[in-house]
This record gives sequence, structure tokens and C-alpha cells, in this order.
Amino acid sequence: MSPAAALGAPAVTATRRYKAARQLARRPAAMAALAVVLGFIVVALAAPRLAPYDPNAIDYRALRKAPSAAHRLGTDEVGRDVLSRLLWGARASLLAGVVPVTLAVALSVPLGLLSGSVGGWVDGLIMRVNDAMLSIPFLIVAIALAAFLGPGLGNAMIAIGIAALPTFVRLVRGTVLAIKTEEYVEAAQALGCSRPRVAVRHILPNTLPPLFVQVSITVAAAIIAEASLSFLGLGQQPPAPSWGSMLNAAQRYLSPAPWMALYPGLMIFGIVMALNVLGDGLRDVLDPRHQ
Amino acid sequence: MALWLYVARRLAVLVPTLFFVSVLIFSLQQLLPGDAAVALAGEENDPAAVAAIRARYRLDQPVPVQYGLWLGRVLAGDFGESLRNRIPVRELLASKLPVTVELALCSMLIALVIGIPTGILSATRKGTLVDVVANFFALSGLSVPHFWLGIMLILLFAVRLGWLPASGYVPPWEDLRQNLTTILLPSVVLGTGVAGVIMRHTRSAMLQTLGADYVRTARAKSVPERLVVLKHALRNALIPIITLGAIEFGRLLSGAVLTEQVFAIPGFGKLLVDGVFNRDYAVVQAVVLVSASLYVLLNLGADVLYFLANPRLRGTT
Repeated sequence: MSPAAALGAPAVTATRRYKAARQLARRPAAMAALAVVLGFIVVALAAPRLAPYDPNAIDYRALRKAPSAAHRLGTDEVGRDVLSRLLWGARASLLAGVVPVTLAVALSVPLGLLSGSVGGWVDGLIMRVNDAMLSIPFLIVAIALAAFLGPGLGNAMIAIGIAALPTFVRLVRGTVLAIKTEEYVEAAQALGCSRPRVAVRHILPNTLPPLFVQVSITVAAAIIAEASLSFLGLGQQPPAPSWGSMLNAAQRYLSPAPWMALYPGLMIFGIVMALNVLGDGLRDVLDPRHQ
Repeated sequence: MALWLYVARRLAVLVPTLFFVSVLIFSLQQLLPGDAAVALAGEENDPAAVAAIRARYRLDQPVPVQYGLWLGRVLAGDFGESLRNRIPVRELLASKLPVTVELALCSMLIALVIGIPTGILSATRKGTLVDVVANFFALSGLSVPHFWLGIMLILLFAVRLGWLPASGYVPPWEDLRQNLTTILLPSVVLGTGVAGVIMRHTRSAMLQTLGADYVRTARAKSVPERLVVLKHALRNALIPIITLGAIEFGRLLSGAVLTEQVFAIPGFGKLLVDGVFNRDYAVVQAVVLVSASLYVLLNLGADVLYFLANPRLRGTT
């Protein structure tokens, strides 16, 4: 069976979705990764309850204190509690993972559908601009955009979203092209369905499985991109906590306070690794080429 | 299809792509809040400097005219002047590029030395503990934030053990030994990420070739397993890995931004970040444009290599 056929109309029936979920549940690595991702979401949501201190509360009597009973992960250069800042920082990171990808999906689905279903010069124009965007590396686009838009978490998220856009456009268009020639699409056209109806009712649902896989990988990339931008000072602005900006400050105190650098990085590594493992699991289950 | 025809076709697609890249990079300037001339003049706020920039870049002209003039200058190799030290951006690019190329080459070497053998090992021992561990490390290499890995390695090898310098760069023609010690940690940092990608691709390419008929035939003829793996299977599995290597090399040339920042290596990435912080927009535009062009050209190179290495493609149109 060709990949396109495998992604065909019956593919997204409730049974198929259920089957995919069951297959995923049988993969311990993917399930563990899902648990880690959910754990991070809970931590981000419950940060105000979980954090032992105000993340921005400065304490000059406790500058760069090593981990102790009072401050489980130590304190930073102005005496703020590292654990509290890590927990609150999860919000910036997850937000920066989800918002840009939502933005990219929201823009790329209509563009990819349009490009793939209409074809002709519309397709040519969209794809040439897309190729141009793809040829500028992801992080460079994000840095350049953030630089010109000005620093801040909001602008960083817009920059990351735009940087992530071309991969999604290409993916949606490619899937649309593969599905367009399927018999059931031709049947819908023969039955007199309008082009927009065919695109939205018959083609769109079948672009979703590969999109899911790409989403989980891109959320991971967006989290790293936000940390990178914040590390450079272009993302979350101080004193608001973010893992990237915590690492930026930590770099100046590597010798006296290594804990300042260790934990934010471990958090980024943990969530990104979990998302990548989940992405691998989803691809194995949803993408027939990898089965 | 002849090679020249293939290259010509690819070049024909490249021109519009690079045209749109230039449009995108030029339009970044339009994102600057307020008067672009004031923003481009940086923090000096000297009316004479603002007027000079307005005149030089013809900022009073309509945007398409400005673009045309900018593109004309860029094509002639004139990227303007750095606002910070009044050095032509072209000279800055020429002095920083070799540093980044050296870093990318060393990283690639590390990535290949780690990635290909682990990929082969993982494929030949599919499903065993070795495979699971190799996959875990490959995914870790892909997931770890490089700048953090850099900080951790500095902490261990420079701060704690004192074996290697924490940062800085010595050109190879000044002192080769010093050069290698300064470039080692950043190359390891960048190399681990690429090693993960190469390992995963080597593994899947090897799994495909190991399952192919000619490999089964070789085994049936009792060719020693070592030869089957290294000669029969690996030789064909290497084709996609060569192209991947070329693409990853392109990515390394531009992906070293944060690593160069962490290790204070005066390459392309650091030039970009310094440009961003000095609001030196001509430098930012030039770095992005050159990075994108290099990336596109290396991709073309990868496709040509693939074309040359894969005789089956030559039969198709």
C-alpha cells in the first residue's frame, strides 16, 4: 500500500484513531515521554502553588547559596530561589513551545491546502517564497526577526512561529498532493463537491497524522529556540524567569555557583527529549513509511 | 540525464529562491520601529549621521527602488559598512568565515567518527541493548541544548579540571596546538548533535541495505559477515549519508551561533549576535544573506553528489 493510500479516507475514522492510540500505548518509551510532557504541563500550571518562594524575590542575605534545606536547588546571583524560578520558567518555555507552533499551523494549513489543491502560479509563488524561507536556517530567522522586532517573549514567539512556518507549509502541501489523486477524492469531485469542500472535508483530515508528528518535533525545537533567544537576551526579559535567561546569568558564575547552570539546562533537555521520543513514537504509529 | 543538464535545472530553481531570500532579508529593515534611518544610525542619534544614512541608502525613495539599489550594491559585493567600527561588512565576513568553516569541519569530523560506526553497530544489533543505548544517545544528542552542553563542558574541562581553555580562539597559522585546544570543546558540542542525526540515518539506511537481496546473496555465498556489512551493505547505505553530511555541513556553518557565543569564538555566529546587539543591521542582513546562500549552494552540492553516487537517477528525466 502506498503511503498516500495508507493515509486515505478510512484512515481517520474513529476506529483508526483508536487503533493508533492503542499502538502508541503499547510503546513504553512513548508513554513515559507522554507522562514527562504532562508532568511539565502540570508543573507549569501549578507553578504558583508548587514554588516555595516568589520567583522574583531578591534576598541579598542569600546570594549564590548552594542547594540546602531552605533552597533545594540553591539561589542565584541576587539571592532568588532557583527552584521557584525553574517552576515558573516552565510557563515561558511551554508557552514558547505551543504558541509559535499554533501560529505556524494556523497559517500553514490554509497556505498548504491552497498551494496543493489549486496548483499553477499560486502554488509556484507560495513554494518559491517557502523555499526562500527554508533556505535561511531556523535559528537565524528567529534571531534576525527577534532582533528587528525588538526583544521580548511575545516577539520571540512571533519570530519562532514565522521561522517554523515553511516546514509546515511544505508538509501540508506535500500531503495534499499525495492525497489529491486518491480515488475517494476523485469520487467526491465526481459527485459534484466544490473545490473548497473537497479540500476541507476530504483532504484536510488526512493531512493531520503527519502534522501531529511534525507538531511534536517542532514544539521541541521551539522550546530550544526560545531558550536560545532568551539566553542571548532577545526573549523573556528579566526579571521574569525563563530557563534560557537563567542560563545566561549562570554563565558568569560557573565556578562559584555551578547549580545555577545545571538545573535550567536539565529542564530544557528533559522536555525536549520527551517531546522527541513522543514524536518518534507518533511517527512510528501514524506514518506508514516508518512501520 | 546528463549531469550538466541536472545542474542547470537545479540552478534555474535556485535563482528565484535566492531572489526571494534577498526580498525577505531586505524587508527585515521595514520591521524596524520608527524611522529606519534613525534606527540604522544606531545609538549615536547624530542628525548628520542620520542624514548621511538616509542619503546613502536613499531611504526617501519608494521601497521597491530602495530594494533595487540595495540588491545592486549587494550583487557588487558591497554590503555596506559596520556601524560599530566603520569596517566594510565584506571584510568582516571574509575574516570571520574561515573560523566558522574550521569549526564546522572539525564538528563534522567528530560527528562522522561517532555517528557512522554507532549507526552500523545499532543496525547490525537491532533490538539488542546496544541498539537501545545507541538510540538513546543519538536522541540525547539531538535534544540537548548545545549552548548548555557547552557551558557544562566548560565547567568540567576548563573550570574543574583545567585541561582546556574555557573560551577564545587562536588561528591555526599562529599556533596549531593552541588552535586545536580552543576548537576542541565547541566542535564536540556541535558534533554530538550532528552525530545523532547521522547515527539515526546510518542505522535506517543500513537496515534497508542489510535486508536487500544482494546482501542475502552475499551471505548465501558465505561471504564473511564483516565483509557483508562493511563492503556490501555499507557502500550503498553511504549514498544517502553523503548527501545528509553535505546538508548538515551547511547547517553547521550557520548553526554555530550560540556555540560561538558561549566559547567566544569570533566566527559568523558571533558576528551575527554582536551585530544584533550593536543594532548593526547591515551586518545582520549580510550574515543572514551569506548563510542562506551558502546553505542553498551546499544543498545543491548535496543533490549533485547524490546524483553522481546514484547511477539509477541518471537514467531518469
